[in-house]
Amino acid sequence: MRHTITLLVENRFGVLSRISGLFSGRGYNIESLSVGEEIDPKYSQMTIVTSGDDLIIEQITKQLNKLVDVIKVTDVTEFEHVEREMIIVKVTPKPEKKTEVLNLAGIFRGRVVDSSESTYTIEVTGDEKKIRCVHRAYEAYGDKGSCAHGQGGHIEGRLQEVDVLGFWELPAFFRNLS
Amino acid sequence: MKAGMKLTGSEILIECLKREGVKHIFGYPGGVVLNIFDMLYDDKDIKLILTRHEQGAVHAADGYARATGKPGVVLVTSGPGATNTVTGIATASMDSVPMVVITGQVPTMLIGNDAFQEADIVGITRPCTKHNFLVKDVNDLAMVVKEAFHIAVTGRPGPVLIDLPKDVTAGKADFVWPEKVGLPGYKPKYEGNKWMISQAAHMIEKSKKPVIVAGGGVIISGAYKELRELAEHTQVPVTTTLMGIGCFPETSRLSLGMPGMHGTYYANKAIQESDLLIALGMRFDDRVTGKTDAFAPTASIIHIDIDPTSIRKNVRVDIPIVGDVKRVLAVLNKTLKTDVKAQWGQIRKAWLKQIDDWKKERPLTYTKSDTIIKPQFVVEKIYELTKGNAIITTEVGQNQMWAAQFYKYDVPRSFISSGGLGTMGFGFPAAIGAQLAFPDKLVIDIAGDGSIQMNIQELATAVLNRLPVKVVILNNGFLGMVRQWQELFYGERYSYSHLDVVPDFVKVAESYGAAGLRATKPSEVEDVLKEGLFKIKKTVFMDFAVDWKEKVYPMVPAGAPIDHMLFEEAEAKEEKKKRLKVVK
Repeated sequence: MRHTITLLVENRFGVLSRISGLFSGRGYNIESLSVGEEIDPKYSQMTIVTSGDDLIIEQITKQLNKLVDVIKVTDVTEFEHVEREMIIVKVTPKPEKKTEVLNLAGIFRGRVVDSSESTYTIEVTGDEKKIRCVHRAYEAYGDKGSCAHGQGGHIEGRLQEVDVLGFWELPAFFRNLS
Repeated sequence: MKAGMKLTGSEILIECLKREGVKHIFGYPGGVVLNIFDMLYDDKDIKLILTRHEQGAVHAADGYARATGKPGVVLVTSGPGATNTVTGIATASMDSVPMVVITGQVPTMLIGNDAFQEADIVGITRPCTKHNFLVKDVNDLAMVVKEAFHIAVTGRPGPVLIDLPKDVTAGKADFVWPEKVGLPGYKPKYEGNKWMISQAAHMIEKSKKPVIVAGGGVIISGAYKELRELAEHTQVPVTTTLMGIGCFPETSRLSLGMPGMHGTYYANKAIQESDLLIALGMRFDDRVTGKTDAFAPTASIIHIDIDPTSIRKNVRVDIPIVGDVKRVLAVLNKTLKTDVKAQWGQIRKAWLKQIDDWKKERPLTYTKSDTIIKPQFVVEKIYELTKGNAIITTEVGQNQMWAAQFYKYDVPRSFISSGGLGTMGFGFPAAIGAQLAFPDKLVIDIAGDGSIQMNIQELATAVLNRLPVKVVILNNGFLGMVRQWQELFYGERYSYSHLDVVPDFVKVAESYGAAGLRATKPSEVEDVLKEGLFKIKKTVFMDFAVDWKEKVYPMVPAGAPIDHMLFEEAEAKEEKKKRLKVVK
């Protein structure tokens, strides 16, 4: 199953490498990863989308927690949360298709962030499904000069305070107890 | 140290090491660490043990740490000096050994320029250290050293590397010894969940056939007393993993010896038939579990470990308790004494009888011989002569398994071996480290002729520092464990496991100024050991020409359930059948 994990980490060089190295070294897969500085520049927030069964996700979160530079790990999949991805598409439509391209941007509530004689660069944000639609829709209009998207996730409302180490002790299943 | 005085990076480093209580550093000099070495030249408090290879330095620091429980410290230069430490660091990491490795680095200005003797050692060691640091500013140095030691010894211990560019060792800063560390992301959990512990107590009470599996964590946390109390109070048999050897006396009736691939019949049998496993400070390595799906099929599992990632990594767990084994066991023992009123002796009678029967049915054994030296016989003799009063280190392979099987360990930290990584060449430098920590103790490296050659250059270190390390070489002319696998699973095709040329170890030892002894007949074994262990007061190589056909039994083939064991008698029967065929 797909999981979105957010990390609060110390904003130091090498942290990203520790995290990506953990994934590659243990054979876990990163579907997407985005990093941004927090308001306090001592910290960064990372959002990682990964997939695996319950045991793998449990190992991933525990292993992430074990890294000295990682302050907090939250698997937001389990909480009510907002997910947003952003895509930037650069298209080179034929002259007669230019209006269509702009209309499409309107439909997806996108913004043209750059234009030249032959190209438009359009920015769209939304959930994963919408971004996939945008991707597909624009593929028909000439070269995709560039395409970048990342994901940011946040738990809705207040972040729940969970003692993460203790947290893993809860879902244990008791056999032979009765 | 006057307040407000500016010190160089090298001075700060040495001052920090002193404040951490460091007396010995293992190391090797080179270009970018000259500033630090210059400080050590006339330092009276810290002695540097110059090894003959950086790998030897790390293993020696490792042996020092395992023998004492205190962190080992290593100082090497950049580039090749740093990369030579990697095997040693990975060895320490796998076995949770506290260690601080200081590597020199090219000046910060040159980092990334492919400068002379530059290696990205922080990048290289990221996955095999507990944490590592590159110090770019001399003002951060004191804090980094403090944090490095803190990380190395707390929680699940491990090696920490500090990469020090040359300009940082020369740069000046005010020396401020930090009061505490600032690591918001590092908070090891020591106290176990009380409710979980009470559940565990009830499970122990209800269990009819429990087994304790004690690992290296029991030694690290110093929980021997608590473990003994638990085992003896509730009458639960104890099996100790390779890393846990010594944490529970093997001479006790409740001891089952080692479990797993080359474990005892009764330990594996007990695990497979138990209804409750109490796993303490161990991580269910594949050498212990065999096929995980078939591991302890009828047992519930209580798993106590300080590292949450060890729990539910390889096997399912019913009661996970994250915490320090010593503290958790103290609470568990208390709970068992106050809340549970059980007639322990009565409840366990049948189970302990069953275990005694298994012990009688298949004890650890080997075929004795009057004509050829059996390696197991040598190990047994060492035990007999030392009465278990020695620190044993081992290399890796058959020598390691025989040392674990045929010597009885009653005290913690008396068995030092590379378990997780299985590093050949570990035992001899580790023995040097242990001997340095305990100059008056008998330290014996049980080695093979293959392994000893991997760090044989450390003879110079041992002789130079007058460390009377005793090296027992079980010389079979083969990489024995590889040969054993080839014999059993590859149709006796001994591909590159025969060493062809083995040096004359007696002459090698003598050429370095150590003593060399040799035994080629069983009748000579005792005399050579007596002479080498007790009469000669310096480093000794004892070369025993042993039966090359000897194999480590019992053996669980890789990937099989741990009760599918091969025994020596089975092999003998096979042989007989073969011979009969020839006769016919």
